[in-house]
Amino acid sequence: MRPFVHLVRRDLVRAFAHGGAWPPLVFYLLVATLFPFAIGPDAAMLAKAGSGALWTAALLAALLPVERLVRPDIASGVLDQLAIRGQSDEGIAAAKLVAHWLSFGPLLMGATMPAAALLNLDGTALARLEIGLLLGTPGLAALGLAVAALAAGLRGASALIGLVMLPLAVPLLIFGASPGAGGLKLLAATSLLFVAGAPFVAGAALRAGRS
Amino acid sequence: MTRLAFEDIACFRGGRLLFEGLNLSLKPGEGMLVTGANGVGKSSLLRIAAGLLAPAAGRVVREGRVALSAEASALDEDQTLFAALAFWARLDGGDDETVAMALAAMGLAQLASVPVRLLSTGQRRRATLARVIVSDAGIWLLDEPASGLDAASLNELAAAMAGHLANGGVILAASHQPLGLEMREFGL
Repeated sequence: MRPFVHLVRRDLVRAFAHGGAWPPLVFYLLVATLFPFAIGPDAAMLAKAGSGALWTAALLAALLPVERLVRPDIASGVLDQLAIRGQSDEGIAAAKLVAHWLSFGPLLMGATMPAAALLNLDGTALARLEIGLLLGTPGLAALGLAVAALAAGLRGASALIGLVMLPLAVPLLIFGASPGAGGLKLLAATSLLFVAGAPFVAGAALRAGRS
Repeated sequence: MTRLAFEDIACFRGGRLLFEGLNLSLKPGEGMLVTGANGVGKSSLLRIAAGLLAPAAGRVVREGRVALSAEASALDEDQTLFAALAFWARLDGGDDETVAMALAAMGLAQLASVPVRLLSTGQRRRATLARVIVSDAGIWLLDEPASGLDAASLNELAAAMAGHLANGGVILAASHQPLGLEMREFGL
């Protein structure tokens, strides 16, 4: 258990070093600011389309940190050194998943409050959105990690990451932005599936990349 | 009891057979220098010894923990040298004192608070070797440990290796340069 905590802490420190964790947050707030300009000042329309817009923004914001999740650690030899020490690739991937979520999930949830005000969302819609993000962002983090590990060995991976990850994230978007409790349950189920599967997918990709 | 042995190892890389039928055994206190031309498979041999690469045939026997010094330093660029080494020390059951001793052994004590990204090639190589010392592993696998080192650093490297062998450690090194230490040679 101790190495796991140790790995999570290292990834968190790296994520926040030099403000690296802030771009997704700023991007998310920027989209929330731009959206009313594009739609116009119709309060009812904004409130109606607001949660969908914020979910799309969250999805795109989650893409930003993906490229630096795995590739730098392969290049610097850190993953090799962890493998030599007998750390399982799945364990490493799970630690990376936890650290990755901590570095953007809570920040997005915090930023949703000002973003909701910009889009004229009422309290109920805000609460619904926050719960949805709490359930959905771990799934986004898991998808991001799995895709990052799969694409780590490829050249021009940054373009590919978006192309692979966004279609897979469609269920999260649909269930997250749909009203009612049923949507939240399906969102939680989808997110759980991604979180449970990602360490194994990413672990296998890391192992395959080593040979 | 530290031991490293290769039994009938073959290595197949990029559609090419690099070597086969390779046998060697290192007992406590034994070091071996692997020599050979570029691309003959020295680094692959060390990666097989570390367990990072599966051999095409044969078996590797490792008794004791392994430390590998390769091209990549595995030290976080943004961290100070001390913090970057401390990460590995914690993982390997060491503490700040282990790091300080390893830094002193490689003549890096003055650079402890310098970020890793500012280190020169030679300093980086010494930092990588300090990481090997920090690990407190019985088996040292050193890939070109002397490349980029000046004369004084070469002496520190030789002293560290001699000390490790005297403590019953095992060293498998691949190098083009003499390491300043009497070791069996193995031509690949």
